[in-house]
Parts: sequence; C-alpha cells; structure tokens
Amino acid sequence: MNHRDERTSEFGQSISPTRPGIAGLDRRDFLKVLGGGLMVCLTHASSWAQESGRASGGHELPKELSTWLHIAADGRVSVFTGKVEVGQNIRTSLAQLVAEELRVPFDTITMVMGDTDLTPWDMGTFGSRTTPTMGPQLRTMAAAARQMLLEVAAERWHVAPASLTAADGKVADPQNARSLAYGELTRGEKLVKTVSSEESLTPAPEWKIAGAAVPKAEGRDFVTGKHKYPSDISLPEMMFGAVLRPDGFNAKLASLDTSAAEKLPGVKVVQDGDFIGLVASDAFTAQHALSAIQAKWDVPAQPSNQELFAYLKNNPESGRDDGQQHVSGSVAQAMPNADLKLEEQYTVAYIAHAPLEPRAAVAEWTDGKLTVWTGTQRPFGVRDELMQAFHLPSAQVRVIQPDMGSGYGGKHTGETAIEAARLAKAAGKPVKVVWTRSEEFTWAYLRPAGLIEIKAGARRDGTLVAWEHHNYNSGPAAIGTPYNVANQLIQYHAAKSPLRQGSYRGLASTANHFARESHMDSMAHVVGMGPLEFRLKNLADSRLQAVFQAAAAKFGWGISKSTPERGFGIAGGVDKGGYVATCAEIQIDPGSKKVRIRRIVQAWDCGAIVNPDGLRNQLTGAIVQGIGGALFERILFANGRILNAHFAQYRVPRFSDTPQVEIVLVDRKDLPSAGAGETGLVGLAPAVGNAIFAASGIRLRSMPMAPQSGVPGEPDPSFRS
Amino acid sequence: MGDFVLNVNGAQLRVSAPAEETLLSVLRNRLNLTGTKYGCGEGQCGACTVLLDGRETRSCMVSVESAAKAKIVTIEGLEQNGKLSAVQQAFLDEGAFQCGYCTSGMIMGATSLLHEQHNPTEEQIVETMEGHICRCGTYPRIVEAVKRASRLVAQGASR
Repeated sequence: MNHRDERTSEFGQSISPTRPGIAGLDRRDFLKVLGGGLMVCLTHASSWAQESGRASGGHELPKELSTWLHIAADGRVSVFTGKVEVGQNIRTSLAQLVAEELRVPFDTITMVMGDTDLTPWDMGTFGSRTTPTMGPQLRTMAAAARQMLLEVAAERWHVAPASLTAADGKVADPQNARSLAYGELTRGEKLVKTVSSEESLTPAPEWKIAGAAVPKAEGRDFVTGKHKYPSDISLPEMMFGAVLRPDGFNAKLASLDTSAAEKLPGVKVVQDGDFIGLVASDAFTAQHALSAIQAKWDVPAQPSNQELFAYLKNNPESGRDDGQQHVSGSVAQAMPNADLKLEEQYTVAYIAHAPLEPRAAVAEWTDGKLTVWTGTQRPFGVRDELMQAFHLPSAQVRVIQPDMGSGYGGKHTGETAIEAARLAKAAGKPVKVVWTRSEEFTWAYLRPAGLIEIKAGARRDGTLVAWEHHNYNSGPAAIGTPYNVANQLIQYHAAKSPLRQGSYRGLASTANHFARESHMDSMAHVVGMGPLEFRLKNLADSRLQAVFQAAAAKFGWGISKSTPERGFGIAGGVDKGGYVATCAEIQIDPGSKKVRIRRIVQAWDCGAIVNPDGLRNQLTGAIVQGIGGALFERILFANGRILNAHFAQYRVPRFSDTPQVEIVLVDRKDLPSAGAGETGLVGLAPAVGNAIFAASGIRLRSMPMAPQSGVPGEPDPSFRS
Repeated sequence: MGDFVLNVNGAQLRVSAPAEETLLSVLRNRLNLTGTKYGCGEGQCGACTVLLDGRETRSCMVSVESAAKAKIVTIEGLEQNGKLSAVQQAFLDEGAFQCGYCTSGMIMGATSLLHEQHNPTEEQIVETMEGHICRCGTYPRIVEAVKRASRLVAQGASR
C-alpha cells in the first residue's frame, strides 16, 4: 500500500498531503485536485461531534472546511482528520474503521492527517481519545457515504435502495446481476452529503476489516528510510537555525557578544528581546556559530532534587485544583473505627519523554503566509501559538505534521515551530531548527513529579472501610479508587512546579496507580490476605475483575511462592476506558541487590479491539516504557539546571532491560472501543514494586525504585537495576 | 571547507564540507540521505547507525574526512532492485516498529550483526543491539525480527 506515495492526479499535480510538494496548495485547490466525487461533511449542530463541536471554542468551521471523507472518480478514498500518527498506529486503525463502514478494501484509503489547511479542526492527539472519539466520528461519515452511494445507485437503476448491497467498493444489485464501483457512481458530479445524525454503524461482531491484524500502513517506508519525519523535511534554499539557550531556568541575560559568530561566513544572528538565534547555510556552521556566541547569564537560586517533595507540598498553586476531589461517606468517622490502618507517602520523580526524534520544525514564509512542518501532537494548537506569536489570522498559518518520531505526550507545544518561523522571517528564507538531545532534555517539559499520601482502613476480615488519597502536583487522572470503599476522601492538590512540566503518556494515572496499588498490596499484607484475593474481595467492577483473573491465570499466580531472590507481584486498574492487570516476576541478585524484571503478563480490555496486532505492539511498548519510570528514569536537577541531559546519564530502557512479555487481550466486541495508548503503562510499576516486596520484604515507595545512584543527601537506594 | 568523495551505497558522491563535520550531518544535510537519523549526537542511541566497510558505525561519531576512506552503506542502500534485504523484510514481517524513528539504525545494526554472526542467539542479539534505543519499546519484536532475518539468510536471502 502506498498511501502517501507521490501520485499524480488527472490534473497533473502531485498529491502528497504530508510532503512539502503541496505547500502551495490550499484546501480549495486540494479538493480540486481530488476532483469531483463524493464529499462527506459534518454540520456543526451534531450532538455527537465530540471535540470538534464541544471544545472547539472559537473554532466554528466553515462548511467547506468540514470535509471528512472524499471518494474520487477512481474509487480512491481520502479521509481527513486532525489527529496525528506518532507510532500508536492510528493511521492504520482509523483507516480500518473507515474501510469497514464504507465497504471498501483497506488499500483504497489515504489518511490525510494533522494538516491545519486540509483537515477539520482537532484539539490534539492525547488522552487516548482517538479511538473512542475519532473512530466513531469517521465510522459515521463512512456509513453516511455508503448510504448515499446506495441511494445514488438506486436512483440510477430505479430500484429501492434496500434491494442493493455495498461491498468491496461497489454497489451491487443482486436481483438484476449488476454492479457499479463507487468511483463510477461519483464520477463527473460533485455530490455533497451533510451528516448531522447518527448513522447505523456495523456492530463489532460483524467486522471484517476492523478487528483484524492489518499491518502498519506504509510499513515499507519505515524499513527503507523513505518515510520523511519532521526533521527530514528539506526545502529549496533552506537555511539551518540554532537558538542560544540560557545557562539555567529563569536566567537573565547579563552580557552578550555575538561578533565572533557573525564573522563566520553566511551566519546571521537574530536578536528579538530575550530571543537570540542565528541562521547559517548549513547545520554544521549553525552549531559552530552558536558555540562562538559569548553570553553571561544570571541564574537565580532555585529548588533542587533534595527539597522537591517538601516544596511541592508547601507551595500550592491555587485555582488549578478546584473540583478535583472526591468525597463519599466520612473518612473522619470511619478511619478511627477501622481495625487495621496504614498510612504512607509515595513519590514519583520528574521524568523526560525523550522521544528519539527531538523537536524539529521547518518554517517557510510565502507572500505573508507561514507554513511550518513540525512534530507535534497538537497541530491546531501550534497554529494558535504561531498566530499569537506573529499576529496572524488562521488563514495565514498552516501547520503540517508529518508522522513523527513519537512524543509520548511530550510534543504538545510549538516552541520549535515558533523558533523556526522567527528565524525564517528574519532570514527571508525557509529555516530548519532541530533541537539537540540536551536541548530536548532541558528545554522541553517533563512528566510532573508528585507526592502522594494514602491512609487506608480495613476491617479484620479484609473489607476496606476508609480510603484517603492526596496527590500533590502529579495530577488527578485515575485518582479515584476502583475498589469498593464506603468512606473516601480523595484530593488532587495543584502545586507550583520548580521545573517545566506537562503531559506524559499515562500522566498522573501512573503515579496514582503506583501509590494505590502499592498501598493495596501493603493492606493485603496487613490484613493477612493474598494480594489478588484481597483485591477481588474489595472489587465490584466486573471488567477489572476479569482482567485480574485473566492475568493471574496466564501467569500462574499463586503456583510458586516468592523467595528472597525471586518475587511475584500483581497490580491493576482502570483509566480512560482501558482495564489492565499486570503480573510481574522479578529477580534480585543477593550480592549486588540488582533487580531484574524476568517476566510480565498483562491482561487488557479496551472494549472491541480494532487491530489486535497494533494493540499488542502498543501494550508491549507501554510495559517497556513503564520499566524506565518504575526502576531508573529520573531527571536530576539543581539550581535551575538539568544535571543529566544526555542518554549517557539519563538511562532509558534498552534490550537487556526487557523481560519476557505476554499480553492477554480480552476482546469485548459488545462494548465500544476505548483508546489503548496510555493505560497499559500503569500496572507495571506497582506490580514490580509488589514483587520486590514479596521477595525482600522491603516496600519501595518512590519511583524510580532502583535508580543508578542516589540523590546527594539522600540514602543510597536499597536496590540497583 | 574541504572537498570529499564519499562512496555511499555504491555511488561516488562529491561533497564540500568542513573536514570535522560528522558523517551524519553530511549524509542528512548535504546529501539529503535522511533515512539515517539524529537521536543524540553522542553515540548513545544508535539512530544514526550506518555500515562503514561492513561494520556498524555511529555516523554521529565519525568525521566526513575519515569516512571518505571507507565504503559507506546507509539504510537507503540495502534494498536491491526493489527487493528488500532479509533484515528489512524481517522487520516488516514482524511489524518490529512503532514510530519507526529508530528502525533505520536497528536494521543497520542487525545487518552488521548478521554479517559477523550468521545465527546469533538471543543473548548475542541483546548484547549487540544494546546500544540502540527504541523509546516506543518494541524490543521484543526487534529481537524476533533479527532471528527471522537470520533464518531468511540461512534460506539464501541476502542480508
């Protein structure tokens, strides 16, 4: 399949929605290139329109901009969505859903994604929202298109639409043994269908293309090096930019001398307030010139690792945590009466996304219009940032997001796009900016650090009666307990963060699950029950029960007893519509105290599965990524400086860290599909911590649990990894 | 600036660049061979891996001047007459990628490994590939892909 290969239309123009070739092509031209045919649009009134309607704020779409689906005369189908492909495989899974509803072969579909001139407005690709929201949206468009094609054919043949069938890109009239391809039905006339109500969708048990293990769209381009990532984009006469970074956070420029840099051939220094950057005709000279700039900075005293958690607790950020609490019954009354009580503190460190492709952007100004190719999860959000930065209307800014070297929640913002645009404006030529690895570690944002305090009470028979949970700074996601507890006090407390923080795959869900599931494990120990038995006793949610039981069965939970060198742990939870249970087997070297994860069994339920192969890949990836935060990933910082801004110092999971991974998929074809990009991460850390406890009797309450070395002033870690 | 002739994927390519510019920078920014990726510039991630005289080399750690003496193969040079190499085919068959940004480097590393060791054990694969980072965490499939490639080579496919 060659979705994005250069193709030539009947007008002789190249169609390549994510390549620079069509930079000059606006949406109207683009639709012209696509030809007549069937366009399926969305009216703004629709109640199910999810993000596009509900949260779009001022983004009411003109009708001609709301095209979601187009069927050309040659039968090729273009699908338009503002969602972006970052490795989570939605280019494939969304195309499967459209192919299913439209009744066309998978290969006829081209997904046009994340281009602000070509796709409908979209809030962004995060929060595991693509499958549960964009999935039904595109399915509805496809079902509406199919219905319209049936009606057009019925009219042409003077038969009832109900007597016709749609399959394999054709409408067939079985009674009269004739058929017409979709392209033949749409040829030569522009058909517009406006969809405003829910179409009848194909139930998952009847799926043929959706639900199947379709290989990654354009997979061949990824093994040949042909795929163009944002950092691979190149334009004629393009220059290379670099930006001067301060010596630390919140620094003030004290002195600046750019004369040596400016003497280098072809170098132009651009200063605009606090912004100091330069352009050069090649990347080498740009970096060379940057290092020739002499700058002195005043960096104020700022918090460091040692005082982080006290700082978070003592520096509330008012206003951000309003309504982020859950109260039921009375913890104050129930806790004192509980037979068994346990109170503990848990912490999670700041960690970096460290996507292998750092932030990158190529900006070009043409007749006052700015076009930026960049790696972002929020192309429309970056367009807004550019509009603000350069005081431009939306029609004068286009952001194009080529499928990128991932983000994991780390690429929501447009700083590199703004830098490239600023330099391109000053240079009068297109400019590329690619952040270095240490820029990415230092000047991107981090997963929030957090302090979590939990106090729980249970009866002697193992029934939980009171649960108090306070999260400082890391976030409210999945803060509520899925267990049955009559008396709950659960609060998120926003705090001032010493470091720049933002979204992350599984964000606070990871922290809240780590704390809760570690505490549940401790409570099981206190009441003298097995960890699985204790959870199931306090659990009414049948889907969560089912994944716990599925993981336990596959793992052989309870068959072997933990020993000092080999531990077994279990944990689970629910967030964003995904149910997860994780069993871990760990090994501890008695001499070096080195922890190694030997085996992970993870059971998963996210409703009807759209692509089991892509899903397994996502879940395995979540487990592996989770290992980093669980065992060793941690940003070290002092006085406004990141101390480990290199892969040599910031350890990420590698081949040798990877355990045997077994995934058990619970396919609930009777339930709507939920997203699967994030929640697969949340069981890993507590399952591993619980396994370490089972082996050693030592409860680790801080992520990372087995860092390379301790923070100065803190005791050395009990375990290594 | 110096003038160099690089032997890349069997072609002699002329390029003007400072002698100390990295091979990675020259491939990507001067020769538009962007299949080779920047990941860290410090030899820690493997994204920029190419073959120099058949051995896997971090192109971010080699100057263009020193690379000019060698036979360079990049990801773009593996496919022959439209046919993927065994390693490329195996990665595709196993679906051994997510975002795919590490894939070029992984494939070059695995190609080098299979040159040295026709039938590597899992331990040898892990040990050799340890210098390559996949942030999406696709390691188990990559190990399977290397094993599959070694079987394809044993059946007569070219690496």
